[in-house]
Amino acid sequence: MSDGKVFMIFQDTADARPFIEALTQENPAATIIHQPGMIRFEAMGEIGITRAVVEELAGRDVDLQELHLTLISLSGNIDEDDDYFRITRH
Amino acid sequence: MAKKLNMRKRYELLTRGLGWEPTYQSKEKVFSNESYEGIKITDWSKWEDPFRLTIDAYWKYQAEKDKKLYAVMDSFAQNNAHLNLADATYVNALKLFIQGVTPLEYQAHRGFARLARQFSGEGAQIACQMQSLDELRHTQTQIHTISHYNKHFNGMHDPFHMHDRVWYLSVPKSYFDDAKSAGPFEFITSVSFAFEYLLTNLLFVPFMSGAAFNGDMATVTFGFSAQSDESRHMTLGLELIKFLLEQHEDNIPIVQGWIDKHFWRAYRVLALVSAMQDYMLPESPMSWKEAWEIYFVENAGALFNDLARYGLRMPKYHEQATAEAEHLSHQVWGTLYNYAHAASMHFWLPDEKKMDWLSEKYPNTFDKYYRPRYEMWAQMAKEGKRFQNGGLPQLCQVCQVPMLFTEVSKDDPMQISYRSSEFNGEKFHTCSDGCKDIFDHEPEKYVHAWLPVHQIFQGNCGGAAIPDILNWYHFKPEDGGDYAGSADETRWKAMHGETTGAASSDTESAEEKAAA
Repeated sequence: MSDGKVFMIFQDTADARPFIEALTQENPAATIIHQPGMIRFEAMGEIGITRAVVEELAGRDVDLQELHLTLISLSGNIDEDDDYFRITRH
Repeated sequence: MAKKLNMRKRYELLTRGLGWEPTYQSKEKVFSNESYEGIKITDWSKWEDPFRLTIDAYWKYQAEKDKKLYAVMDSFAQNNAHLNLADATYVNALKLFIQGVTPLEYQAHRGFARLARQFSGEGAQIACQMQSLDELRHTQTQIHTISHYNKHFNGMHDPFHMHDRVWYLSVPKSYFDDAKSAGPFEFITSVSFAFEYLLTNLLFVPFMSGAAFNGDMATVTFGFSAQSDESRHMTLGLELIKFLLEQHEDNIPIVQGWIDKHFWRAYRVLALVSAMQDYMLPESPMSWKEAWEIYFVENAGALFNDLARYGLRMPKYHEQATAEAEHLSHQVWGTLYNYAHAASMHFWLPDEKKMDWLSEKYPNTFDKYYRPRYEMWAQMAKEGKRFQNGGLPQLCQVCQVPMLFTEVSKDDPMQISYRSSEFNGEKFHTCSDGCKDIFDHEPEKYVHAWLPVHQIFQGNCGGAAIPDILNWYHFKPEDGGDYAGSADETRWKAMHGETTGAASSDTESAEEKAAA
């Protein structure tokens, strides 16, 4: 149901690539919408990434707070720690 | 070596315990703004920071964002990348942005600086301090980015002066003045929640994506760079609401009243954005109505479902705003076209291609109500009788938009909507039930509104004739009117070698403009 929708939007840039790919891998049920300059992930209830996956994709150590550099927008309640970043609906 | 602390612990240590109990003065005196709105805070330590960003990480990431943005701006200027725009009409959206939005960023900077000082909870102080710095950064990066366009196009030379005086800019200005002259909790509910959480996606996301679509890489970059801060601001807005509702049940009706009021105020400001999105972008990735459906209807629906357990409901009159989505941009654009002679940007009639796009996006309304109007105006212009409104419009006492909205939700979309209230024996006019409610709740505040049309008639705006007023606005004669035949158009064509006029290259035209 649409009432529980969450989303995250990232810039469509090389810096955002590990985050975009991690979101794609870790949220197979999410809808991915490409628009000029940006990529939008939508899902019902929850969406998230884990640090290990992002690090594997980036090929280096990553601080998940780096997502502040390329995140455009989001909707939902944030749950954040060193090893994961999640957005949920209650 | 000591074990590295986890994020929660680190955050706690770097943001809490920084306050102290004042002894020279009472706490009420030190934080004098915290209680007069009737909001009850029993325990500030319950404030939960959604993004656990500490000030050291904040500086690191903000510096990184600015480095990236300035690299793009530099190469944009070096490569004369304004030549790659889809069309020069697009630049008019930037004019509206620098005049209407950038000064709001500065107002937000000041507002959050006050909150950082006035809230007694350290978590909230730090979040507001960061946001205050963000808003100053947005002001500066927008001025820097758009200054490149100011070298080549008209109307962007004095945005802050214009913001304080011009009729169409009093719409965004009065919204922020309203929020800033309220108490700190109302201000943050207004700006962080009603504006940023509920509606800011509509301003930044489709518009900036539109900038990308139209070849404006510099604007995309500042827009998305600002929007990356906006994610944090929206989160602050949501956290604030949850915090207030959890602190005391007496806060619920106060907060609901503010959400109702500021949703409607902010929505009325976005009427200008709807026109920008549907008409000023030569290539539009998304219509206003589509953006409204995604970013308001779906998003706010999900959000208020989450908030229902605190006793909060959707903002009053949200159904009306949704019904108006079919009409809004067309009504606003038509009005702007009528007053193009009194603007510091150009307006124009949509061409066939644009009208077909609008028909497709607005199948229920465009062909029925708005296409015939544009076709008639086009015919009149062809006959040398370009339609312009010689009078001054009646303005709504609250939102300050000219009376252009119609009775859409009463199923009478061709009837202008008028409301009025009596206060102290005088009559005050509003554009809608939403604005009338706002007036009736605090008439003592809104009778003081600085309404540009009233001020002109009272002789406070430089003179009685339109050229005097425009001069007082710091508009130049070549800034407004139709795009066709404008100095901007001539220059744009010269940049692309389409005429053999004096300005044969872009560099020359920029020099000429600087010399003028």
